[in-house]
Amino acid sequence: MSADLAARAGTALPAADRRRARPGLALTVLAALVVVAAAAFLTVGATGSWSFVLPFRATKLAGLAVVGTAVAVATVLFQTVTANRILTPSLLGMDAMFTLVQTVLVFVLGGAALAALPATGMFLGQVVVMVGCAVVLFGWLFGGQRRSLHLLLLVGVVLGTLLRSASGMLQRIMDPNEFAVLTNRLFASFNAIDDTLLGITAALVAAGCAFAWHRRHVLDVLALGRECATGLGVPYRRAVLEVLVVVAVLVSASTALVGPVTFLGLLVANVAYVVLGTHQHRWVLPGAALVSTLFLVAGQVVLEHALGFDTSLGVVIELVGGVLFLVLLVRGAAR
Amino acid sequence: MIEVRGVTKRYGATTVVDDVSLDVPDGGLVALIGPNGAGKSTLLSIMSRLLPADAGTVLVDGMDVTTTRSDVLARRLAILRQDAHVGSRLTVRDLVTFGRYPHSKGRYTVEDRAHVERALDFLDLQPFADRFLDELSGGQRQRAFVAMVLCQDTDHVLLDEPLNNLDLRHAVGMMRLLRRATDELGKTVVVVLHDINVASCWSDRIVAMKDGRVAHDGPPAEVVRPEVLSDVYDLDVAVHELDGQLIGTYYR
Ligand SMILES: Nc1ncnc2c1ncn2[C@@H]1O[C@H](COP(=O)(O)OP(=O)(O)OP(=O)(O)O)[C@@H](O)[C@H]1O
Ligand SMILES: [Mg+2]
Repeated sequence: MSADLAARAGTALPAADRRRARPGLALTVLAALVVVAAAAFLTVGATGSWSFVLPFRATKLAGLAVVGTAVAVATVLFQTVTANRILTPSLLGMDAMFTLVQTVLVFVLGGAALAALPATGMFLGQVVVMVGCAVVLFGWLFGGQRRSLHLLLLVGVVLGTLLRSASGMLQRIMDPNEFAVLTNRLFASFNAIDDTLLGITAALVAAGCAFAWHRRHVLDVLALGRECATGLGVPYRRAVLEVLVVVAVLVSASTALVGPVTFLGLLVANVAYVVLGTHQHRWVLPGAALVSTLFLVAGQVVLEHALGFDTSLGVVIELVGGVLFLVLLVRGAAR
Repeated sequence: MIEVRGVTKRYGATTVVDDVSLDVPDGGLVALIGPNGAGKSTLLSIMSRLLPADAGTVLVDGMDVTTTRSDVLARRLAILRQDAHVGSRLTVRDLVTFGRYPHSKGRYTVEDRAHVERALDFLDLQPFADRFLDELSGGQRQRAFVAMVLCQDTDHVLLDEPLNNLDLRHAVGMMRLLRRATDELGKTVVVVLHDINVASCWSDRIVAMKDGRVAHDGPPAEVVRPEVLSDVYDLDVAVHELDGQLIGTYYR
């Protein structure tokens, strides 16, 4: 028996993986598709000088990859610590929170003072405020006992509405010039990605992803739930708070760059779970990032060049993601 | 050695564990019995730092469970909860492998894999090893969770109703396994049981709880007596000696 045991234990793939889709293969295919989509994105329909088109498109491509990765990783992390597959940071109002933080900053400091501040410092300041708010709020929601999904969804709806109306109220009583500054900041899109912000965002997202990767085994244990994770020796509260900080950083970074995308995370995380056939974070984290990048890049290519639309990628994502959200909700896949 | 010192737990005005003190020396199979709501699960949760107590301390090998690093404790003490479940969709083998996490932190070695296979063998789980937990019967799932706890390979093992859902053969198999763990490997096992006869036949010591307190505590010969059991359960229990075992009857 012991020889048999050793033989089984020594195989590279544990027997548990036999029944599954092979995550390694799926990951390779996804990576290849991303490369193809990126190549198409850079070259299809390019007219005029390459030296102009390529750098321009490359910046945009980098933006899509950074945002896609940030949203995907943030959603997977969030779903892991909240033990569900239907809630996302945006559904709980995390990007509404970011909008409010921005609005309050413009309101309190004034557009002129803001313009005088260095953009980098400004952006980092916002991220810090955002992380603080998110940790207090979501730490309180998720640090303790398990709460029912319905309660959380309700909290998300109410919170999102509350934060958005708070922003709306401030925007209404704001000086029109400052309001113009604010709208400029808030209504960014995939088509107008700011170069300097892209650099900072990429750095933050890289740091967040490095953390998630470093903690991938802890994340697997956290996904088991509070009692189980504690029993296995993971300091649950602290670990969850750390993850929520990273989620807040990722969400702030991507929201600052392109504005809120509510359903992208939900869509790509769930596609990743299905395609990879496992919940192990060492597969799901890179898998979700690739799926997300693929959706954004390929979606942009198809919309722009095949269908001739210009700016509707966000709309399409929200539509497909929204439908998936309803399906998941009705099927009760959240449990 | 687990030392429980004056542990109290309240929910609002009701005290569900009331100033309990208990020493569990190393080695030995301790059965914790008592009626529903006596506070058995609450006490076990406090002992395994899953639940904070309102007063009192629990020491495991001299370390206070509320202040000791969780991962240090996880290598000394394992707990099976009464309503064991996990958030993710896992196969049996994946679940059992998590039992090795405190030792390997996710980088599972050949030795870890051997532990997992052994636990699967012991609990008769090999035929279901690659099935998802939600594709199992209640008893098979219960055995999978016990396998995970045993895989943790700790000196102290707390099991809250491990015989839940088990058929007669697997219940006896489980008790035999726990007995072997204490006799051959020197483990300390505290197990919550509802079947007083299982407690009588397999344990070294029976602790009976009632209304949040320890009502009786002693070897089976002292606790499995009509007046003691009737007091604990508020039910007439007759005790017979059959084949050298003390058997309580209470069925009608
Ligand atoms: N979260 C809670 N809030 C309020 N009361 C609780 C809570 N958890 C447990 N209780 C109460 O504490 C008492 C002890 O519960 P506990 O689960 O420890 O009982 P038990 O001895 O394990 O019972 P059983 O044999 O049914 O498992 C019960 O009366 C229960 O109603
Ligand atoms: Mg109980």
